[in-house]
Amino acid sequence: MLPKDAGDGESLEVAMGPHHPSTHGVFRMDVVLDGERVVKLKPVFGYLHRNHEKIAEGTTYLAAMPYTDRLDYFCSLTNNWAYALAVEKLAGLQVPERAEYIRVITAELTRLQNHACLIGFLAQDMGASGTPLMYAFREREKILDLFEALSGARMMCNYMRFGGCRCDLPDGWLTQAQTVVAEFPRFIDEFENFLTGNEILMSRTQGIGRMSRELAINAGITGPLLRAAGVDYDLRKVDKYGIYDRFQFRVPLGDHGDTFDRYMIRILEMRESVKILEQALPKIPAGPIVDPKTKLRGFRPKAGEAYGRIEAPKGELGFYLISDGGPNPYRYRVRPPSLINLTVLEDICLGQMIADVVVILGSVDIVLGEVDR
Amino acid sequence: MTIEKPKMDEGLRNELQKQGVFTTTLEGIYNWGRQNSVWPLQFGLACCAIEMIAASMARYDLARFGAEVFRPSPRQADLMIVAGTVTKKMAPQVVRLYNQMPEPKYVIAMGACAISGGPFKQGYNVLKGIDRYIPVDVHIPGCPPRPEALLHAFMTLQKKIENQPLTGANRPRHLQADAPSEFPVPKFGVHDLEPPSNPTVWQSPKMVRA
Repeated sequence: MLPKDAGDGESLEVAMGPHHPSTHGVFRMDVVLDGERVVKLKPVFGYLHRNHEKIAEGTTYLAAMPYTDRLDYFCSLTNNWAYALAVEKLAGLQVPERAEYIRVITAELTRLQNHACLIGFLAQDMGASGTPLMYAFREREKILDLFEALSGARMMCNYMRFGGCRCDLPDGWLTQAQTVVAEFPRFIDEFENFLTGNEILMSRTQGIGRMSRELAINAGITGPLLRAAGVDYDLRKVDKYGIYDRFQFRVPLGDHGDTFDRYMIRILEMRESVKILEQALPKIPAGPIVDPKTKLRGFRPKAGEAYGRIEAPKGELGFYLISDGGPNPYRYRVRPPSLINLTVLEDICLGQMIADVVVILGSVDIVLGEVDR
Repeated sequence: MTIEKPKMDEGLRNELQKQGVFTTTLEGIYNWGRQNSVWPLQFGLACCAIEMIAASMARYDLARFGAEVFRPSPRQADLMIVAGTVTKKMAPQVVRLYNQMPEPKYVIAMGACAISGGPFKQGYNVLKGIDRYIPVDVHIPGCPPRPEALLHAFMTLQKKIENQPLTGANRPRHLQADAPSEFPVPKFGVHDLEPPSNPTVWQSPKMVRA
């Protein structure tokens, strides 16, 4: 702790992080406090800057795919999808129907485990150390088993390819996935039973960290944060990328934009994801899983630019690519939802207690691999 | 030079055990206590930290090895699991955290990034292995290593602790008065960290021509 304006004893500057159990990774918040109220907050990034964009500009298009896994390391499959979508736009590839179904299924499973773990971490930030997180990780392991059977890796799946997917579903995968999806609502009920009506959770989250609709729109916030502020904007409905126009699901919206709404949006989104999965799993058609026109070796898309975006669990994840006709992208840019959602941290934390900053940061849902890239 | 330790007769030991008398050496019981209550530092850097959390959760259950107590403060921790990419911006903080831990302290470098820079090795901001600045006891390859791999590394560390002699030339660092327990924290230079590595801990590998 560094006393600021030493002598008057009123404002105090606290550096939270980069090693701090509540910052979800290596992230620093320079907080100026008046008593316990926050007067100023400065986020400091860059402790996990791993040169993702620079490395991707120096390698081939396909070789950048495993690096996208490590952006938001909770949700490697949605990262793969966003990147594949950008390259498919650039090269004009068509994705076969079976691959589109697999993409939707894996992306929604990713959303389920991301939101479950987020709520576990959020409850941990509020002092429920361990137990809710253990429930969340128990469910996450079931989904990770599916990913492992599909791609060979638990976390870094590296599964999607330009114009399709890398390999077909293994035998019995669909029945196993159906079992996991059928059991999942019971877990959400159990989780809600413990948490939603909990007095501590309500008093720690309701009215805390309120974000107005205008602020959310002006700052370019996307994902659950934006919808918690009451803005009806979900890329699955707006862009209808992939085959999302075939499924019936609703977009949950918040009313107050406070931390409780952000928590509740995640619960409701998990329920909607289960609905999508229940519709997608029985309908998956047979057929090829990759566009026959796609070339793994010597892949050189024609000169041009493309922007592919999807609704990742944390918000709009976009990849902007410029090709000059060579084997590697001329410019490769990631639009990370976590970083852009973090930019309003000061606005929603001002005037709150220092203990609430931890909870607000937990509800923003950041992953430092994506913030710093 | 190894000093031959006086060994107790196994038959006598068995005979005493039947009478309810257990015998051991001071070294044996001291190391047995230490190896079964290693408290790790709650310290995640990147992707591997998620697998570290998974290892401490119900399915893999690190608590079986006496290591479920993740301490947020380095002053209360015995083990630092460097889980993830160490960037040049973060490296001084990692060394400083290591210096703040009390002896005896151990380090597990978890994952390809922590042992060598891994997939991000070519990056301009990535440290090519944390063993350039602090001594590492166990390296785990993998990107990220599975929780089982972390458990295996943990058991390897427990074996190492179990076999540490308390006297003689091979005694661990914390029992040697002149051995350093703190290592110099690198500073940001013009182009790179200064110094780029700590020569007392790490030397660049010598190329051997056949």
